[in-house]
Amino acid sequence: MLLEQRREKVEEILSHYPQKRAALMPMLYEAQEVYGYLTEEAIREVAAILELDPTEVYSVSEFYSLYYHKPTGKYIIRFCTDMPCALVGAEHAYQQLLNLLGLKNGETSADGLFTVEHCVCLAACATAPVLQVNRQFFENMTEAKMRELLETLRTSGLPEDGPVMKFQPRTADTPTGF
Amino acid sequence: MEQLYLICRHREVPNLHQYETYIQKEQGYQALQQVLKLSRDEVIDIVKASGLRGRGGAGFPTGLKWSFMPKNVQGPVYLVINCAEGEPGTFGNHEIIENNPHQLIEGIIIGCYAIGATAAYIYHRGEFKYGAEMMQRAVDEAYKQGWLGKKVGGREDVSLDIYLHPEASAYICGEETAQLNSIEGYLGQPRLKPPFPAQSGLWKRPTTVNNVETLAHVPAIIRNGPAWFRQWGTEKSPGTRVYCVSGHVMRPGNYELPMNVTARELIFEHAGGIWKGRGLKGFIPGGVSAPILTNDHLDLPLDYDSLAGAGSMGGSGGVIVMDDQTDMAWLAKKMVDFYSHESCGKCSPCREGTWWQKNLLDRMMTGLARSGDVEMLEMVSEQMAGTCFCPLGESSQMVVLGAMKYFRSDFERYGQGKAYDGVIPMSAIEHH
Ligand SMILES: Cc1cc2nc3c(=O)[nH]c(=O)nc-3n(C[C@H](O)[C@H](O)[C@H](O)COP(=O)(O)O)c2cc1C
Ligand code: SF4
Ligand code: FES
Repeated sequence: MLLEQRREKVEEILSHYPQKRAALMPMLYEAQEVYGYLTEEAIREVAAILELDPTEVYSVSEFYSLYYHKPTGKYIIRFCTDMPCALVGAEHAYQQLLNLLGLKNGETSADGLFTVEHCVCLAACATAPVLQVNRQFFENMTEAKMRELLETLRTSGLPEDGPVMKFQPRTADTPTGF
Repeated sequence: MEQLYLICRHREVPNLHQYETYIQKEQGYQALQQVLKLSRDEVIDIVKASGLRGRGGAGFPTGLKWSFMPKNVQGPVYLVINCAEGEPGTFGNHEIIENNPHQLIEGIIIGCYAIGATAAYIYHRGEFKYGAEMMQRAVDEAYKQGWLGKKVGGREDVSLDIYLHPEASAYICGEETAQLNSIEGYLGQPRLKPPFPAQSGLWKRPTTVNNVETLAHVPAIIRNGPAWFRQWGTEKSPGTRVYCVSGHVMRPGNYELPMNVTARELIFEHAGGIWKGRGLKGFIPGGVSAPILTNDHLDLPLDYDSLAGAGSMGGSGGVIVMDDQTDMAWLAKKMVDFYSHESCGKCSPCREGTWWQKNLLDRMMTGLARSGDVEMLEMVSEQMAGTCFCPLGESSQMVVLGAMKYFRSDFERYGQGKAYDGVIPMSAIEHH
């Protein structure tokens, strides 16, 4: 399926490396997009393209957090609760998000729209609380902004991506989550 | 002292991500043209004389690192650009790649020329989707303009390709030898050193690994000379660095400042001081792997040697600030969560040690601590010291022992059913 749908891209990736095996990480991203998640078939196809054993492909893919081995929602929300963010209330804000979604950490909504999970530092700690939707950043989250974001995703999908790191001074009414 | 934008040029020049702006407003690619008229050694000498040190963590002198690369080798030689930026509290590279990608690309090409590299891989965090797009655009433009590909800048004998390689969120892949394994398609676990990457790196070929910010400094150093760069910072840590300030401050953000700025000035003037009118309890000066410092250390300049002298380190430049109501046992718990999640599993002191650290701290947080747990936490951490295969495991013990050194009573409060009185970390509840 990967080869049928993205032969050109696959060949371009392979051309970056002197050895096929090195194409594994970018190839897993491609496979994930084409198959939705890393199904057994996806792993087998990547292994065949790279002339590797499927178990090897599987074990490497398991090492990283951004490869999924189970069906996920259309939107994967990853919310940073690592220490620097947690200092300013990220754990509390994450709970608010879970409540808005009616989900527990790691779950996918019944309508197949959202998967939600907490994660380690996203390299945006000054704009905490911060989350990603399909690897696109949303910063300085409040309960109201999260509600609005979910609504946007439901009705019109992801907004256009752009630069982040929109640093904001704290004010007396900056939510702190404590 | 004022902020000084050697790296964050985009703060002064709008639209700097565009090639035309970089050329017209920033003398873009002129340093590269200069370099192409010099020998490899001459370029390395300029960078050596500037005193530039790696911004990725260890602060190793960049020119010296480049000089370790073998000369006159047949076959491929590589530069790997470390854009993994996974150290909690660090977000300087993130700002650079999204807003000032051409300065980075020019620095990469110069670095490749200096070490004789035939290809470069930008190993970027999987989460940097937009940042990767901006870097790819800058790379494409550089190819179009003849700065990449065959005959770089018109020189018949120089060719170079730059490829982006996406990682997929594993902190250990920021460590340079783990990064090499990861690019090759193996588990991202560190390699034994020696051999060092300069002798045997990517596919056993000579390889240098440099951080994004390190390389972004290079074009201006070439254009303006080493003395220009040395007018800022200290003798041994010249120039500026992007300090990333997070935590309990009024104005969190990136601050680019000469490296002799003190912690006091950075935290209280630039970052606006502690929030809610509270006092400072502690700060971490160089990403979570740098042991915590206290009020007594505020007048230290934030250069590599002063921080090392105080028992901590400059590390990644991530300055994390804690107010006087922070529970340091909670802080240790959150950091150990990180390390136990990110342990690559290769060696048992780290794999098992972080698990035990986490287990003990989870008990404290949830009110299940038993008598002797503080001592056991100390013992487990001490047993990890010096026995882990790489600095990740060592960081986990240093973080805990560092917090216990200054704030032991925060740990001793637990026991007799007392739980953490703020939001109990979700991971502690899930664990029990
Ligand atoms: C656990 C661990 C994580 C690291 N993460 C990073 C990182 O995200 N980015 C980085 O540039 N260096 C990181 N480093 C440091 C690199 O190993 C290496 O020293 C650095 O990239 C060299 O570049 P420089 O000389 O330009 O600083 C890490 C080191 C360790 C031990
Ligand atoms: S110290 Fe931890 S991260 Fe480093 S090699 Fe050992 S298990 Fe892996
Ligand atoms: S700790 Fe949350 S983005 Fe860094």
